[in-house]
Formats: sequence, structure tokens, C-alpha cells
Amino acid sequence: MSTSPTTAAPPAATVRTPRTGMLALFGIAAVAVMLVAPFGVYPVFLMKVMCFALFACAFNLLLGYTGLLSFGHAMFFGGAAYICAHTIKVLGFSPEIGILAGVAFAAFLGLLAGLLAIRRQGIYFAMVTLALAQMFFFFCLQAPFTGGEDGLQGVPRRPLFGLIDISKDINLYYVVLAIFVFGFLVIYRTIHSPFGHVLKAIRENEPRAISLGYRANQYKLLAFVLSAALTGLAGSTKVLVFQLASLTDVAWQMSGEVVLMTLVGGMGTILGPIVGAAIIVTMQNYLAGLGEWVLVIQGVIFVAAVSLFRRGIVGEIIAIVSYYRSGKQQP
Amino acid sequence: MRLAAIFLAASCLAGAGAAYAADPIPVKIGVLNDQSSLYADLGGQGSVWAAKKAIEDFGAAAKGLKVDVIFADHQNKADVGTSVARQWYDVDGVDAIVDTPNSGVALAVSGVTKEKNKVFINSGAATSDLTGKACTPNTVHWTYDTWALANGTGKAIVKTGGNTWFFLTADYAFGHALERDTEAVVVANGGKVLGKVRVPLNNADFSSFLLQAQSSKAKIIGLANAGGDTINSIKQAAEYGIVAGGQNLAGLLIFLTDVHSLGLKTAQGLNLTAAWYWDQTDANRKFADEFAKANGGKRPTMVQAGVYSGVLHYLKAVEALKSAKDGAAVVAEMKKIPTDDPLFGKGEVRADGRHIHPMYLYQVKTPAESKGPWDYYTLKATIPANEAFRPLSESDCPLVKKG
Repeated sequence: MSTSPTTAAPPAATVRTPRTGMLALFGIAAVAVMLVAPFGVYPVFLMKVMCFALFACAFNLLLGYTGLLSFGHAMFFGGAAYICAHTIKVLGFSPEIGILAGVAFAAFLGLLAGLLAIRRQGIYFAMVTLALAQMFFFFCLQAPFTGGEDGLQGVPRRPLFGLIDISKDINLYYVVLAIFVFGFLVIYRTIHSPFGHVLKAIRENEPRAISLGYRANQYKLLAFVLSAALTGLAGSTKVLVFQLASLTDVAWQMSGEVVLMTLVGGMGTILGPIVGAAIIVTMQNYLAGLGEWVLVIQGVIFVAAVSLFRRGIVGEIIAIVSYYRSGKQQP
Repeated sequence: MRLAAIFLAASCLAGAGAAYAADPIPVKIGVLNDQSSLYADLGGQGSVWAAKKAIEDFGAAAKGLKVDVIFADHQNKADVGTSVARQWYDVDGVDAIVDTPNSGVALAVSGVTKEKNKVFINSGAATSDLTGKACTPNTVHWTYDTWALANGTGKAIVKTGGNTWFFLTADYAFGHALERDTEAVVVANGGKVLGKVRVPLNNADFSSFLLQAQSSKAKIIGLANAGGDTINSIKQAAEYGIVAGGQNLAGLLIFLTDVHSLGLKTAQGLNLTAAWYWDQTDANRKFADEFAKANGGKRPTMVQAGVYSGVLHYLKAVEALKSAKDGAAVVAEMKKIPTDDPLFGKGEVRADGRHIHPMYLYQVKTPAESKGPWDYYTLKATIPANEAFRPLSESDCPLVKKG
């Protein structure tokens, strides 16, 4: 299974002790597993998991590390998807330019939405983002280029950079893997940079961060735009995988789904969103035969996650590991 | 049911040795539809049952076919639909996908089906693009489409005296298309459109729109919307006494199960177009009785009947070719042999993939007229097969050669 490397990962990867050697080793092992995974597991499924994992990681950058609950991330995901699909299908862009166009659009939309939304906090912030996302949803429903409720279908998979034939699933898999690793490293680097530490300070105590001389709103806006752009990267990549962009991508349920993925996996942990995305996507895919029970099971898992292991799967594993560590060191 | 189960078990056992010519031809059909939300009643498990019933009635085992049926829920998401379709074609060896309501999902699955050269027999989706500009050599659209609905309801109602119209239109592409097509038909047949109003999607309060419709004094109020919007507008129209006041509602996309959940008191007087109604012929009633026995007393919708009829015809084509592997060849064969089955009668599958059969205009009965549960429709007019669907001369399907 594709999820095994990631579920096995957290104890080694997220311990705060500076074991960079271990970490690098683990990273190489994880990438190695991902390189051979498509020969064992259906590649389209793995690509879907990676797209949603990147989406959840980008969302987690905002929720887990900046403490901003955006309830409108579907607008960046779906907006980028529509722009990417439209530029590739109608304007004849090559895939890499199409993805860049999608990302640029998502970043721009993130700037506009962020400028408005970060003026408020907590539930008001969530509601403002939700309202903006709903406005964008109705724009997509009405705008002629999105194809309304039919969506944009049959987006061609042209050769990447004019060289790599991505019409074969297996080739596309490695392209998506590269994009995913790139996005993940950007997020990892951001979290561990001085900028990321300021974000965490704002999350913990915003007035204090301001009193220390940080312009909290600028930091929050930058984090918002970065999160939107990476969400756009996930949305654009998904267009290449499924060759379609539809209203599902911009609907509010998509915003809710990414919250679910992040919470189940572990908010504020770097690997949590990946695990959460893998679990939710696996359920949607492999339990599709159970029909309506998928939603029931999804609901049960959510309730269980919130009431039994509030830190999420990865968060709980980290907590257990650090408990045993501190227990060993102290006596 | 038990027969189907035995059958499935047998086909699983036989799957392994199917490579030899003397062995049965393996066929795998995937029912991909909505199992959990708004279209689950009109398709759902009923469509799975209909597909299995078609295999049983066809006598597949005796004719050397080993047919297997699987199903999945597309959750009305195009990406879930395409990933299931891809996985079925790539990994599970599915030869044909059937049903698939929701136009967006259907168009996406049609694209995947063409890419993998399999067969897609759509019964549940409305969009006429499936056999129009998005037609493929691998897709057959069986039961109905937006063109047939607009044409059927528009023309038949004008002919039966409803010559002045007012449209209540859902304000997005689907609603606009339905309104446009219906308006064209109404005007072409000598009717008049007195006015129209655009209503936001998922609207809860139709009062101001219905008052406009009422004051227009149009004989017919055309509902160019779907699903929850249709149900809400009909309910509220009943509260305003619009039908009792002499105006009639024309639903452009209404299923038997919608009428069932509305109840006759609310839905009475509604005009609608459908491809099939269970209480119309003896064959239909027989099918419906067996369906009801297996599905908790429910009666089949036209979508489920379409799945039955479509699968039956598909199996005939596979039997003729002795293989289900080349999707385009199977569909070409389906177009070559005329269709004939107990539910939809004689007909044909056209070059653009459109299945041609008569459509019917029904009116929903009043509670007094109805003799029992599920006795809902009175037949008002039959639209002959050659007038029911978009003529090939108007088709924008690339497969149709323009002469």
C-alpha cells in the first residue's frame, strides 16, 4: 500500500531532536518507496492521493502553523483547476505553462481574498473566506468558459516541456510525484524558516508577536497567499491527472473535505495532512461500491477523530513517542 | 435474486479458463451511478437490479456468455466517476459501464470510455451533448435527453391547447438550455411566451417568482429547473393554488420518484415528458411487478427501465461478435442490429449513438383519479420515434456525415 511509508513515517521524522541524518535517510526511503509504488498500486489512484495530500499540506500551512481556519480553500483549488484546464484545452498552452497559469491565478485570488479576510479573526475569518468562496462558486456556475455544471472535460495531456509523454499514466505519475515533492519541500522549508517561526508565534499569541515588533497582518497575508498558490498547484496538477475540472472542485464541500483530511491526519504536523488525505481518498475510492455507507463511515471517522484522538493520527503518534522518550530520559 | 447470485458465482468460477474458444465469453458490466444522494432513487440499486434482470432474461449463460455485474457510487463527482471508470477499465476488466446520471459525470466517463475503447451505455444523464458535440464511437445514450424533453413537453402541450407560456428558469447553463430549447419549440408550434424569470440555483423561496407567473395569466408555467428546485417550486405553486386557479405546470425534467415524494395532492395536474411508464403495457407491468418484489415495493423509473433495455441490446451485440473486448466494434454492432425488447419496443441506435424510441407526454393524476400507490400518470400524447429526438440533420456530432 502506498500509505504505509507515510504512516510509518511520523515517529522518525517529526521528533524535535536534530537528527538530520535519520531524517534524510527516512526521506530517501520514502521517495524510494514512492518510486516503485506505481508497479504495485494503481497509479491514477496514487496521483489522486498526492494531489489531495498537497492540497491538505497547503491548507495545513494556514490552519496548523498560522492558526487561520479558512473555509474557502476550494476557491483556490477549483479556480486554479479551471484556469489550468481552460488554458490547456482552449488556448492550447503546454501543461507546464497551464499549471503555472493556474498557480498564478490562485495566488492572485489568494491575495485578494487574503486582503479582505485577514482583517478579521476566528469564526469571522472562516465566514469571510466561505462567503468569498461561495461567490466564486456562483461565478464558476455562470461563467461560460467553465461549462457550468458540465465542467471542462477532455483536457489533453500534451507532452511536458515538449519532451515527456504524459499521456501514459506511469510517466505522468513521476511528474506528479516530482510536483508533490517540490510542493512538500516548499512547505517544509517555510515551516522551518524564520518566517515559519514568526507564523507559529502569531498562532500562539498574536498580540505578543505584534508587541515584539512583527507586523502580524503582513505575515498572515503572505502565509495566506503561499497557501493559496500551493493549493492552486494541487488543483492544476489534478487537472492533468483526471483531464477535467468541474464544479466539485470549487464547491464548499471541497473546503470541508480538506478540513476533514487535515484534522484526521493531524493538524499542525507536517505529515498529518498526507496521512489524512490518503485515508479519505482511499475510502472514497475503494469503498465506492458500498454506496451511501461511504459518507456514514466518513462521518464516524470524523467523530472518532475529534472525540478520541484530537491531535489526529500523526499528532497522537508523535505524542506517544515523545512521552516514552521523556520517560526514558528522566529517571 | 437467488438466480442472479448463482449466476454471479458461476461466472466468477468460469472467469479463469475463459481464454479457450469453447469456453463462455466473459463480459463484465459496471453500473456506475448515484447510490446515496439525489439521484439514488431514480437509478441506484434499482439500476443494478435492472442490469442483472436483463442478463437473466437474455439467457446469457445458455448463449455462451458469462456476465458479471459490479457497481459503484460516483457521488455526483466527476473526478470520483472518472477514477472509478479508469480503475474498472484498467484493473478490473470491465467491458461496459451503464446508467451514470449527472451530465457532468457522464461526459467525463464518456471521454474515458473512448480513450480505453470500451462501451458506455448511458440511461440516467440528461445532456444532449452526449450524442451531440461530445459524441464518441463508444457511447450510446439510451433513455432521454434535454432535447427530447424540451421538444416533447413543448410541442405536445401547445398542441393540446397550452399555447401561452411563462418560464421559471434555474439561472445556470442547464436551465438556460432547457428554456431556450423549449421556447423555440413553443414558438415554432404557434405558442407564445408571455414572460420568464430567472431564479437562483437552490432557491428556497419561490413566492415572488410564482406571483409573477400567476399574474402573467399564462396557461402553462414551464419549470426549467431540476431536482430540489423543481420539487420546491411545485410545492409552493400548490400552496399558491396555481393549478387550482386554472394554470398548469409543465415540469421539463421530472421522474416518477419525484412525483412519489411530492405526493399526488401537490403534484396533480403536472405535465411531463418521459420515455417509459410502468403502468402502460402488460410487459411493463410484469417488469414493474418483479422490480417491486425485489426493491421493497417501489416501481421502476424510466432510467431503470432504460438500463434493462440497454444491457439487453448490448448483450445481443456481444453475442453476435463473440467478444466484448473491442468497445467500438460492439457499439458499431449495436447500431447495426435494430433494437427490440419488451420495455421500449422496436427501435434503433443512430449513428450518433442516440437510441430512438417513442416518448410520451403524461399528466399527473389527481388523488381522486389514482387507484392506488404508484398509479400516477395519465397518458396524454405519444410522440412518435421519428419526432421524439433531435434529427440527424441538426446534429453537431462529428460522427454524423453531413450530406
